[in-house]
Amino acid sequence: MLDELRELYQEVILDHGKKPRNFRRPEHPTNEAAGRNPLCGDQLVIYLDIAKDGRITDVAFVGKGCAISMASASMMTEIVKGRTVDEAKKLFESFHRMCTHDHGESPEADGDEDIEKLQVLSGVRQFPVRVKCATLPWHTLSAAIEGVKEVSTEAGG
Amino acid sequence: MSERAIKSRTDAAPLDIQRVRADFPAMSLEVHGRPLVFLDSGASAQKPRVVLDTMRRVYESEYANVHRGAYYLSERSTALYEGARDKLRDFLNARDRKEIIFTRNATESINLVAYAWGRKNLKAGDEIVISAMEHHSNIVPWQMLRDEMGLTLKIAPVSDDGEFLLDAFKALLTDRTKLVAITHVSNVLGTITPVKEIVRLAHDAGAKVLLDGAQAAVHLPVDVQDIGCDFYAVTGHKLYGPTGIGVLYGKEAILDAMPPFMSGGDMIGSVSFEKTTWAPLPAKFEAGTPAIVQAIGLGAAVDYMTGLGREKIAAHEHDLLNYATQRLASIDGLKIYGTAPNKAAVISFTLGDIHAHDVSTIIDRAGVAIRAGHHCAEPLMERLGVAATARASFGVYNTREDADALVKALETVQEIFG
Ligand SMILES: Cc1ncc(COP(=O)(O)O)c(C=O)c1O
Repeated sequence: MLDELRELYQEVILDHGKKPRNFRRPEHPTNEAAGRNPLCGDQLVIYLDIAKDGRITDVAFVGKGCAISMASASMMTEIVKGRTVDEAKKLFESFHRMCTHDHGESPEADGDEDIEKLQVLSGVRQFPVRVKCATLPWHTLSAAIEGVKEVSTEAGG
Repeated sequence: MSERAIKSRTDAAPLDIQRVRADFPAMSLEVHGRPLVFLDSGASAQKPRVVLDTMRRVYESEYANVHRGAYYLSERSTALYEGARDKLRDFLNARDRKEIIFTRNATESINLVAYAWGRKNLKAGDEIVISAMEHHSNIVPWQMLRDEMGLTLKIAPVSDDGEFLLDAFKALLTDRTKLVAITHVSNVLGTITPVKEIVRLAHDAGAKVLLDGAQAAVHLPVDVQDIGCDFYAVTGHKLYGPTGIGVLYGKEAILDAMPPFMSGGDMIGSVSFEKTTWAPLPAKFEAGTPAIVQAIGLGAAVDYMTGLGREKIAAHEHDLLNYATQRLASIDGLKIYGTAPNKAAVISFTLGDIHAHDVSTIIDRAGVAIRAGHHCAEPLMERLGVAATARASFGVYNTREDADALVKALETVQEIFG
């Protein structure tokens, strides 16, 4: 019992969950969106600065939620900063696949360091109801990029 | 005092919980390789075999549509369906069987009152009083009615301990107060509200009273005549009965004066294209083919509870509440929400700053099922200043060992979170 749990709640995740990085509300973000998981009440707001060339120059978030959603948000902000909007979207796709696919078909990191970092969250695969906790920050990020003000995870994974 | 109460008092032996557990097939389940410790009856209760057997038997050999066919099977299923109404009348001690309306659940019972009674009897400027600890199903229908009709919605406060504040409630009542809609037991805090006083004060002010009995009916003996309320909403699946069936109790004279809620078959007296007359109670509020087998299953469930003795069930749960509260309070950093002196076996808590969902995921692996989240009571969570709590709710089949298993599993949570 403890093995699977320890795989989900790894040190890194607990650390990000307790001390989330980029946890602040910037004064003038270019983009922002609020994300909510109505089922469990998790909520967060993602703030972005997107430069003219499509590069994300700043990412921050505030919110309340479980260790998984807070850690996922915190790690996401570290990883997408400095990336272009298109790169961020691709990362989301890989991450989403990683969280939902069975062990066998886990996408290879192919040496991509960022995907490798995110892989600590792949333990959620064993906990289907918790997948949305891990993906909520990313759904909210893509909403912020698209200029959508609010997202809710109820409508789908 | 009812005959029932006298009978269970003279038979003083406490419940044999191992025998009760044997009545519930789910009590021998294993999850994640561990024996199931089911502490989420507040969300929905497990079902005794007698309910499952009854429903199967009806479907196999006693089933046809009700109130229609002049043939054996239809007469049989009609008798069983109407027999279930009698059992529910008895269970709630309503004066007349006509006062028992079958609905889908407590939510539909409350909506029925909002639509059929509210639209006819309220007007702009009228006031409805609810409390700060209502489930969304006893908030949203009144908000919608408020917005549609220009009503005012007032909120009776609760104390930090989760007690219903009678004086503050009294101060909210005016001659414009037309309805008071309050929960009998809070699904988050476990608080048992002082319903008789609430009814007395509301009636003095000229208001009708709806009580949300979704949580109460399973924990306490309920006597609607003694309470004196005008409406009482019950949901079957929390009462060891099936899903898809609930009850609205309403005083006959009030129900009689109300227009129907939904319309169609079964609820009419006669139909011509010029004019339709309504069927008498209770059919007026049961349009269309009802949840026949579910109603019969609920009848079996309340018979089962009555057979065990509702006073005895309450006494057993009270013991569990005290024991579990004491055990949980001994855990470092654990905070219990809702410590009203008069309380049902529902315990909401937080564990340090560990989120309730993480708690629930981890203890699930030890076989312990609890609820985590806002419990469909977001305004109350706001009042308590928490985003989410974990909630352990106890049923007749739970034991002190279940409380011990919960405590042990919570220690694992603390271990993992360091
Ligand atoms: C206090 C209270 N009221 C109403 C309801 C709604 O019951 P149902 O969903 O069966 O309509 C619940 C169920 O969670 C409840 O706890």
